[in-house]
Amino acid sequence: MYSYSDFDEAFVRNRVAQFTDQISRRLDGSLTEDEFRPLRLMNGLYLQLHAYMLRVAIPYGTLSPRQMHALADIAQTYDKGYGHFTTRQNIQFNWPKLPEVPAILSALADVEMHAIQTSGNTVRNVTADHFAGAAADEIEDPRPYAELLRQWSSDHPEFQFLPRKFKIAVTGSPNDRAVTRAHDIGLRMQRNAAGEVGFEVIAGGGLGRTPMLGFVIRPFLPVEDLLAYVEAVLSVYNTLGRRDNKYKARIKITVHETGREEITRMVEARFAEIKPQFGGADQALLADIRAAFAPPKFRTAPTIGYEAARSKDPIFRAWADTNLAPHRHPDYAIVTVSIKAHGQTPGDATAAQMHRLADLAAAYGHSDLRISHEQNVILPHVHKSDLAALHAGLSEAGLATANVGLISDIIACPGMDYCALATARSIPVAQDIALRFDALKLEHDIGPLKIKISGCINACGHHHIGHIGILGLDRAGVESYQITLGGDGSQDAVIGEKTGPGFAYDQIVPAIERIVLAYLGLRLAQDETFLQTYQRLGIAPFKAALYPPEAVDDAA
Amino acid sequence: MSLLVTDQGFGPVPALPFVGLDQIASHRGALDLAQTDAPEAALPYLADLACIRIAFPSVADGRGFTLARRLRALGFAGTLRAQGAIIADQYAMARRSGFDEVEIPQAMADRQPQEQWLARANWQAHDYQSRLRA
Repeated sequence: MYSYSDFDEAFVRNRVAQFTDQISRRLDGSLTEDEFRPLRLMNGLYLQLHAYMLRVAIPYGTLSPRQMHALADIAQTYDKGYGHFTTRQNIQFNWPKLPEVPAILSALADVEMHAIQTSGNTVRNVTADHFAGAAADEIEDPRPYAELLRQWSSDHPEFQFLPRKFKIAVTGSPNDRAVTRAHDIGLRMQRNAAGEVGFEVIAGGGLGRTPMLGFVIRPFLPVEDLLAYVEAVLSVYNTLGRRDNKYKARIKITVHETGREEITRMVEARFAEIKPQFGGADQALLADIRAAFAPPKFRTAPTIGYEAARSKDPIFRAWADTNLAPHRHPDYAIVTVSIKAHGQTPGDATAAQMHRLADLAAAYGHSDLRISHEQNVILPHVHKSDLAALHAGLSEAGLATANVGLISDIIACPGMDYCALATARSIPVAQDIALRFDALKLEHDIGPLKIKISGCINACGHHHIGHIGILGLDRAGVESYQITLGGDGSQDAVIGEKTGPGFAYDQIVPAIERIVLAYLGLRLAQDETFLQTYQRLGIAPFKAALYPPEAVDDAA
Repeated sequence: MSLLVTDQGFGPVPALPFVGLDQIASHRGALDLAQTDAPEAALPYLADLACIRIAFPSVADGRGFTLARRLRALGFAGTLRAQGAIIADQYAMARRSGFDEVEIPQAMADRQPQEQWLARANWQAHDYQSRLRA
């Protein structure tokens, strides 16, 4: 795991001091509110509905047990005893007090963490495949590149006042678990005909009120050109991006208005201008970073205990069937710990749960933890013989929910319960859907199904790429939920299609139930997933189930 | 009234005969660029220009930083000046992007006195870019 250099350490400490000073300069009037706001945001501090919110970066989703313990301590000391894992590999504390923020930032710096550029019109926390370094299908661990990008983007002098926020995701696997096509820049590792590793560079993706999938701006970028090329994209965007309308300021609109061909030409020309500025120091640093991400020393031991536990304990077996993914080492598994217990807030973990996760990662997981954009916690390296003990440890802390990838493993934004931008609640909708299908005992029969819920058009809950997407809107002061179907965030990314009129708060769960029951009647076999059935039949039969004739009459 | 900020603190603004891009053919050594101007238009004149001043219309508009970096990449070796709505917190960004000095209105200097700018005169410290670009 990457460990801060003296330079990183001094940088983060200096930044804490700077922001502390900026808070006092706001209070003494040196900075106006308009001047202070971007400084506050680029240090991760939001003003929410009820209080400040501090968003802490978890670069490329990777945490050590020591860092997880520190997050738990912060939740306990400065918040209400919990933290919220977000859809971009951050953790949010919803109740910090402004005077205590410098102390929180110092506590984070003590464990090599920060909240820098988790908000504002900056290059945000660079996200990566949460199975990085463990996945069986991986070409190369993408995290060294994400760390290089973290350093390059940190306080980059040109890009602290961009037209709008800028999100970068990187994956090292052909199976895209990082939703690269929905990012401003998506980097997908490829091997060319000569066997060399490089990136397919995707630009111009983004969800929000105008969802767009990125396009391939460079089919193969040699890894040594990464920083110069990404900087060229940012440089062109900083010049062209609109500043007259924040809803048209993301690079997806710049691409749309400029044209793919023209923007590609401009980026290539800018790249030629910038490339000579990089003299190789970044590659030397990359080599050091790569060494820091060397895989752990995997253990050779019998896995018979795992098979025995599977056949003996049906609860363990159900959990293992849903929550494990193949590891590149045959004796190991990747464990996804669900932070989606039925009826709980998706992504909320208590301080006690965080401490437990840290302890279990130290005991059974080579001291490695990941946060996924799907708001779960991953233990990427667990020897199969340890799975039963790990499961027992998770159970005691309410962390053994066997629902990963299933209907109750819902992504939901904070919605109107916390967020000042929200137009509807999203957390209670997620809770009610999870409880309803748990009561019906249908979850495992339904199989893989991704529901994603956003409480406003900004789409933090990624509803456009949910197999079932739910968007909460405000219609004349009343919550109304619009449904999209067929969205997909994988390497075959698709924006979902709207079904039609929205549903009231008390009608949205029954509406979802009608869609899912229709699927169960329509699928050809138990192993045809919801998405496959939808792709085979299209939206029509689901619309018919969603809007039965009498409901249409009511609406008219 | 304006003031010039450098690593040494506040000073008077030297009067230079600035012209805009539309009059660049008859320039007398000093060019004014808007944040929306393309530096390519100034390319044939770069070697003769002693000073280029780039406008910052609002604190939130970062186009001038990229413009400065591009002018340096295109070979401009004269004085680069940032002018307008710039706060002390952006001084290091301006210096790192290739600016030599910052011209601010008196009202800004009153609100953010010299010591707040001098606090950022150490812009070469804690700079990831200088490590990565070597």
